[in-house]
Amino acid sequence: MFGEGFLTSRLEEALGWARKYSIFQYPFVTACCGMEYMATACAHYDVDRFGAGLPRFSPRQADVLFVVGTISHKMAPVMKRIYDQMAEPKWVVAFGVCTCTGGFYDNYATVMGIDTIIPVDVYIPGCPPRPEYVLDGLLKLQAKIQAEHATGRRPPSPDGFGGASPAPEMRPEVE
Amino acid sequence: MTAASLLQAIKDRFPLATRACHSYRGDATVVIGREFLLEVARTLKTDPAFQMNFLMDMTAVDFSAFGSKASPAFFSSSGVSVKASPQIPDPDPWLGPPGPERFVVVYHFFSLALKHRLRLEVPVDEADAEVDSLTSLWACANWLEREVWDMFGIRFRGHPSLKRILMYEEFVGHPLRKDYPVNKRQPLIGPVN
Repeated sequence: MFGEGFLTSRLEEALGWARKYSIFQYPFVTACCGMEYMATACAHYDVDRFGAGLPRFSPRQADVLFVVGTISHKMAPVMKRIYDQMAEPKWVVAFGVCTCTGGFYDNYATVMGIDTIIPVDVYIPGCPPRPEYVLDGLLKLQAKIQAEHATGRRPPSPDGFGGASPAPEMRPEVE
Repeated sequence: MTAASLLQAIKDRFPLATRACHSYRGDATVVIGREFLLEVARTLKTDPAFQMNFLMDMTAVDFSAFGSKASPAFFSSSGVSVKASPQIPDPDPWLGPPGPERFVVVYHFFSLALKHRLRLEVPVDEADAEVDSLTSLWACANWLEREVWDMFGIRFRGHPSLKRILMYEEFVGHPLRKDYPVNKRQPLIGPVN
């Protein structure tokens, strides 16, 4: 009746579905982007609609590392340590242009993008990004989590994005 | 006290220590020799005529590259350059660096009681870049002096723990010195980029 591998593939889908709607984030907030992060988390934009409304301040309990704000060379080992302490499966969101590329900082103090140190799943540029950007990035992350295998990381995809792009009905409706 | 009377009072009190004084843009400024710093600072804090009980800020300036390159006009990056017209006279021109020394340590004092301000400039040579610490008079000088040490490499005699405050201990050099290469990177982890 069921084809070969039917049960395992359904299980993976169910796991991905459960994971993407129960994101426990670790807000690694270092700079002004934290204001937009708070705006996104609060009632008006309400990140809890997407199941990511419960920030954890222990890396052991977190699934997603939100790196929010400029990372200096002095801070970089701390961030790496937080990332290492998180349990698999884990994801990283680079929030704001400073974490993506270093932004307008090009000096002795600033890390030129956190992806030089830890792997990044979703980049949210902007200085700082508006909450709509953040929600869009969160939905892209959810699509990535959904597409992931239950046992391993990041199935290869031709576009390098790790699976399907978000379905149209998942787009945030921000008035 | 007004800026002029404040400067006059300091000049009268310390005729030897005062190398120069001016009130560019209305800010009273005194340039003193560094051997007099502790004495002048103590008087500024304790004397009833001054009562400078608030060290608002201290920093340093590296004049080693001063004037070697013409500064771009204001807003030149936007395509509109604004330059001061030579036809408009400046009644209060800037006097330039206070001395031939490479560094100048700058203190900004404020009197909460008398509501007057004073800027104290202490020129320091590169070969012996050291001035007296003011931590015994203003506790906040502790971290400010650590910052100046970190950024400019100027030592403070008598500081309780003169170590870096902004950069990490492994950092080599002092990044706000003009001879620190603008592209030099010293990451703790990760690639040099």
